Formats: sequence, structure tokens, C-alpha cells
Amino acid sequence: MIRNIIAITERELRSYFVSPVAWVVTAFFVAIWGILFFAIVTSGREAVLRPLLSNFSITFLFVGPFLTMRLIAEEAKTGTLELLLTQPIREVELVVGKYLASLGFLAFMLAVTLYFPTLLEVFGDPDRGPMMAGYLGILLQGMAFMAIGLIASSLTQNQIIAAAVTFVVLLLLWLADVLTLGGAAAEVARFISISQRSQDMLRGVVDTKDVVFFFTVIVGCLFVTTQIISARRWR
Amino acid sequence: MIIVDQLTKHYGPFVAVDDVSFEVAKGEILGFLGPNGAGKTTTMRILTGYMPPTSGRAIVAGFDVFKDSLEARRHISYLPETVPLYTDMSPRNYLHFVGKIRGMDGSARRSRIDDVAEKCRITEFIDRLIGKLSKGQRQRVGLAQALLPNPDVLVLDEPTIGLDPRQIVETRHVIKNLRGEHTVILSTHILPEVSMTCDRVVIIDRGKVVAIDTPENLQRRMAGSDTIEMEIRGPEEAVLAALNSLPKVIGVRTRSNGADAPVYSVECERDADLREALASTVVQRGWGLRGLRPASVSLEDVFVQLVTSEAPAA
Repeated sequence: MIRNIIAITERELRSYFVSPVAWVVTAFFVAIWGILFFAIVTSGREAVLRPLLSNFSITFLFVGPFLTMRLIAEEAKTGTLELLLTQPIREVELVVGKYLASLGFLAFMLAVTLYFPTLLEVFGDPDRGPMMAGYLGILLQGMAFMAIGLIASSLTQNQIIAAAVTFVVLLLLWLADVLTLGGAAAEVARFISISQRSQDMLRGVVDTKDVVFFFTVIVGCLFVTTQIISARRWR
Repeated sequence: MIIVDQLTKHYGPFVAVDDVSFEVAKGEILGFLGPNGAGKTTTMRILTGYMPPTSGRAIVAGFDVFKDSLEARRHISYLPETVPLYTDMSPRNYLHFVGKIRGMDGSARRSRIDDVAEKCRITEFIDRLIGKLSKGQRQRVGLAQALLPNPDVLVLDEPTIGLDPRQIVETRHVIKNLRGEHTVILSTHILPEVSMTCDRVVIIDRGKVVAIDTPENLQRRMAGSDTIEMEIRGPEEAVLAALNSLPKVIGVRTRSNGADAPVYSVECERDADLREALASTVVQRGWGLRGLRPASVSLEDVFVQLVTSEAPAA
């Protein structure tokens, strides 16, 4: 069980790091954050990370789809999925293995951005608690977004379609936060909104309820992906 | 080792595999023969647990490929028609990956990889990227992948496609050496491949089994009579009459070969070797005998006859 997951994760991570797409996406992400960081710090003249981190969901909208689009779609396209599905491994091992690899890359990408808080430490005196809670918040957000992208990738053989579907879903989730809705719609929007959930963490408050919410979303997405892959066999 | 029992697979209204049954004994090599779209790949995909059948069942190494799929898959290796390779890996890393999934530990993998690399002749490019390899080289890496776990059952979908003639011979040799220890099902378009490597043949057409037999028996069954082809220069009417009058001759057909001597196909009774009698008849009458050879029924003829006519299932 674990052995198979590790084998899948290891292979997938290797693929990430030899793929130019992942490096370009990382460079793009870090560049956008660099510009935002510069703008925020020079205009606010405050050693805080929160304004930058609260922009995570909008910036990730543009890079996330590229990180998840190939996970399963490419294997379906090249026929390696046929190899994996005829090996003695379960679908869930395949899905979890793939997902862990995508998290590995996400962690790498976020680790690169750690030089922003490092700069604040060197030149200012930021409050570390909110920074750490904030990073936890965007990590959880990123994990949920990656899980959504994984579903999209399992739906099609076409990476472009997988990326487009992921983009649209992430866009809708982002719109759910920024549009002011009234009544019950607002309640629903607040409930499903992934980035709203992490706002408290950006302020430095880690609520178990929110953490549970993220893990529920992730486990749900992985379950759905597993079902989609099982269902593919029946076609 | 393999039992296929009334297997049927529908894709929507299209019936890809229709009530297919056959058995393969341990250590046997079974050839799977049929035109494109006959249902070979679908049958193999069901056998390897890639997709479930619509009805019927298949048992591999004692496990139902659908109900006990995981356990059955532990005993099977599969080389699909489109060789499943990760182009961003080297063959060595690729084989390590497959080995890990198969539960082989590090040292077992290393020695086994050296073993199959030599067998499939991929040693010289084992550390190059798969994306940079030729079609034939990739095909051999795919075969190495299938051999790596040393499985009881190997399912090979067109294993020699894309190979050059010398590699085809070598690959057939590798497959033949699997006989006895491993049970093999291989599909192919190349008919001589079947007579060279397989113990038995299943001919499948439009989803149905049209024949199951040894290659030799299939050839013999089709050849109910022996035919001798002769090229004779002489008056056609007289030649026909003379040949037809010989004992044990069933019939004579002529066809023009473009030259001035037409070809006469003389159908004789089974095992009656009339070559001398025919030759002396022609020579005695003063006609020019320009050629004489027995026409053998090839597996091609059997195949074409089986899949073009509405032959009853054997």
C-alpha cells in the first residue's frame, strides 16, 4: 500500500522537476509575488506579510492549473495509465501517490517564496506568529486547489482542457469571495469559499474548524478522482 | 492457467467481443490472430484487468480477473499495443519504477533489470532518455518491462511491431524461450510469427472465435487435397483433357501468367504424389513443361478463408 504510493510519488516528483513547465510556472509565481511584495512593502512601509499572502488565491489561479493538468491526463494520453491500471495497485494508491507529488512541488514553490519573510526579518521586525499561521493558511489553500486540479486532470486526456476546467473552478471560488452577495447566497459562498477560510489564519488565528474543512475538501476530491478513474474502466 | 469463458464486451451498441471462450494450459504459447478491430486488444484488456467484461468471465492463475482483480494482476504482465513508457525517464529508472510497484526490493530489481536488459538487448541504451529512443528500441523496453516481474502469465499485444527483421527474429526467440515456464498470449498480424512461435492459435474475427487449433492442424484442415501447379506450353484444350484423364486427379484449373505458357493448377487426391505421372504425361505428348511445383496452403490462405467467409465456429 504505502510502498506503491511512494513509488508513484517518487516517479511523479521526478517528472515535475524535469519538466520545463513546472520551472516556468514557479518563476512566474515568484515574479508576481516579488512585484506584489515590492508594491505592498514600499507603499505600506510596514513589515507585514498578510497583504501579500491574502493575494495567494488570485495568483494561484494562474499557476495552479499548470501544476495539476498533466497529473492523470498525460498518463491517459500516452497509454501509461493502461500500464498502471493493469499493475497490482489500487486506484486510490495511484491517486494519493499523484497528489502527494503535487504537494511536494507546491511545498517547493512556497519554500522559494520564503525569501520574502526572510527579507522582512533582515530589514524589519515582523510578528512571526501571523506569518507562520499565514503560511499554513496558504499551504492549506494550495492543497485544496491542487486536489481540485487533480479531479479535472482525471476527467480528460487533454491537458489544456484539464487546465481550463481547473482555472474556471478556481475562478468561481475566487469570485465567490469578492462578489458581495446577499442572503442565503452569501452564506453558501462563505461556506464554500476556500480563501475566506484562510483569512483567519492570515490574521494569525488557526481554527480547527477551518483545518477540518480543508482536509474534508481534499479527501473528498481524492475520493471523487478515485471514483472517476475506476469508472473509466467501464467505458 | 487461463480460462476464458463466454466473454462478451459491448461498447454501447457495438459488440467488440462476442461470446469468446478458450483455455490456455500452463507453459503454452497461444497466438491471437485476427484482422484490425476483431477484438484482440479488447480481449487482452479484459484478461489483464484493465476493463471489466460485459458478461462472461476470465480466470488467470486461479483468480477471476474481475472479482479478484488485484490478485490476478499480480500474476500477469502486460505489454499493451501502445507501449506505455515515460519519455522523461531512462529505461533503467523506468524498470526500477515497475519493479517497485511489483514489490521487488532493491537488490532483486538490480539483478533482474540486468537480466531482462540483456535478454531484450536494451543494455546499450539503458541510461538514455526513453524519449530519444527509436520505435524498435522502445518496443524492446516495453518487452523488458513485461518480463521484469517474471510473471506466470504474459499478455503481449503485437510484441514485434516496429522492429526490424533481425530484431523480430531475436524477439521471437526470446518469446519462444518463455515456453514451459511462462504462459503467453500474444496477438499479431504477422502470420508466420504464429506458426513459428505458437503452440496453438485462436483466430478471431468481428468479436467471434472462428478457429482454435495448432498452426499445423489449421493448415492441414484447409488442405483437404494437394494441389500441384504446372506451367505447360501446348494446346490448352488438349492439355486440360490429358491432365483430367489421369487417375487420382480431381480437377484442373488454368490461369494465364502473362507468358505464353499458362499455369495449370492440378488438384489431386490427398497424399497422392502425382508429380512424376504428370511430368511424364506432358513430356510424352511433346508439350513444353516449363515448371512444376506443389502448391502448399499457407496460414495466410487459412486466415483469409476463415475471416472472409462465414465459416462456422470450429
